[in-house]
Amino acid sequence: MIAQVVSSGVTSLALDGARENPLADFSDTPLWLTAIKAVGIFAYLLIQVLLVIWFERRVIGRMQQRPGPNRNGPFGLLQSLADGVKSMLKEDVRPKASDAIVFTVAPILFASMAFVAFSIIPLGPDVSMFGYRTPLQLTDLPVAVLLVLAAAGVAAYGVIMAGWASGSTYPMLGGLRSSAQIISYEIAMGLSLVAVFLYAGSMSTSQIVAAQAEQGWFIIAAAFSFVVYVITMVGETNRLPFDLAEGEGEIVGGYFTEYSGMRFAMFFLAEYINMFTVSAIATTLFLGGWQAPPGIAAINDGMFNEGWWGLLWFTLKMWLFMFLFVWLRGTLPRTRYDQFMKFGWKFLIPASLVWIVLVALVRGADAGFFGDSTFGILGRDFPVPVLFILGAALLLMIIGFTLWDRAAERRRAERREESVIDVDPFAGGYPVPPLPGQRLVEPGSARVGRTQTDIHTDASGSGAATAVVVSDKED
Amino acid sequence: MTNPYTPMLILVALGAGFVIFSVGLAQIVGPKRYNRAKAEAYECGIQPSPQAAEGGRFPIKYYLTAMLFIIFDIEAVFLYPYAVAFDQLGLFTLLAMFLFLLNAFFIADAYVWKRGGFEWD
Repeated sequence: MIAQVVSSGVTSLALDGARENPLADFSDTPLWLTAIKAVGIFAYLLIQVLLVIWFERRVIGRMQQRPGPNRNGPFGLLQSLADGVKSMLKEDVRPKASDAIVFTVAPILFASMAFVAFSIIPLGPDVSMFGYRTPLQLTDLPVAVLLVLAAAGVAAYGVIMAGWASGSTYPMLGGLRSSAQIISYEIAMGLSLVAVFLYAGSMSTSQIVAAQAEQGWFIIAAAFSFVVYVITMVGETNRLPFDLAEGEGEIVGGYFTEYSGMRFAMFFLAEYINMFTVSAIATTLFLGGWQAPPGIAAINDGMFNEGWWGLLWFTLKMWLFMFLFVWLRGTLPRTRYDQFMKFGWKFLIPASLVWIVLVALVRGADAGFFGDSTFGILGRDFPVPVLFILGAALLLMIIGFTLWDRAAERRRAERREESVIDVDPFAGGYPVPPLPGQRLVEPGSARVGRTQTDIHTDASGSGAATAVVVSDKED
Repeated sequence: MTNPYTPMLILVALGAGFVIFSVGLAQIVGPKRYNRAKAEAYECGIQPSPQAAEGGRFPIKYYLTAMLFIIFDIEAVFLYPYAVAFDQLGLFTLLAMFLFLLNAFFIADAYVWKRGGFEWD
């Protein structure tokens, strides 16, 4: 039924105001061409994974003032390929205590599910391939984005299966942590997408891209959703600063501690494909998908918005997010697990809900639910209720900030009262963390105390007993 | 194109085929050298702790998180069809949805928050 409506070639809004789902027209595409497109997307993904691993190591190298891999091929470009061959020739160790079947199925399931999402991502507009007009997209569904979320949910099974089947303590803990992390952030991620659906009136990816051509990119209209999405996509993919699943100092490598050789490489591959997937979703939903950036789009009657150009813009936008991932990894330390969960459940989810309410109100005013009176600013007409909504939002925000500020001030005061004993972290010769009720003396001043006699007599005079210990050692 | 899910199956089959092929090939190409210590569970070089083999025990917090996830995720999914059909539903449904959000999300959230369901330490 849907296919028939689509094949009739209607591309604008249907009569009752409902958007047609989906917009992309696959009626002319024969099955063999679909298979070719599938192979193309598969190759596109694999090549980009090989490239991004090299890219990440080079950029991180730059950020840490070292060259990064530069031996294999020009600029070290073939490094990831060499790594792939190496992991192929490595022994695939399976620990004695592991579960034979689940241990093997886990990486296969995890890696296979990583490919699902890219089948619904529009990489470009209609192009002609082998004499057929076909969208540069494998398929589209009325519930396309929901399917991506579902595939992400299935990937969590791969993680927990790997953790359980390893028969070892650290992978078990890592698997639990990682799955808890994925599911916690999936709620916030799902909620951040609601605003996009409200604006686009559809869950089909091609329709969302088309809606952004009309209304402007949703990064502006749904700015807060975009921020929430970017945060959750880092949490979903277990990347720094949220890579708690593989916190080396705590749980070795997390759920794939026991994996080696090719089975490990599959987890590695899937994690990078997942990074591309979340970046591609962000591009499609918030950055206008394959459409050219506003300045370039205007050149020559939208010449750069046609055909294969779309693939270029899409890839560039996706790599912007990949750079963001690398940048975050190069600059931020890992968060603590309780902070991470607290941030997800206590901030991201409630804040997303409030944002949804706001967007729904604005959309409702736009659709004329509250009457038709309008006012004009900058040559555009806005419904009057928008004023009230924005005013109420501003008021709520001010009240919220005030309350939050007061609470933070109170907490700071409590913490000040709590910490009564000053301790030198280096008193025993090696650094120790402070216990509850203790406060660290600034390491800088402690170090100075060791070398200069007048300052350390000062410190011992002020009641820091530990400074005396240090001076004893020096004597 | 009759079924929109067919292309997706083709892509997933390609991916799964690649993964199975690589893992299978690595079994043939890679070396096999038995070593008793290598087959032990990895615990940074110390004797592996025995309880992991029977599944071990883990904090109840993870169970609670999974339960909360099911509740909140199902509620989030209810918002999707509403968001898609927003224009046709009108003011009444807008208010109904706010009532739903208030009931299912804010009150539930506040309750779990108050009872310490989101505390991790």
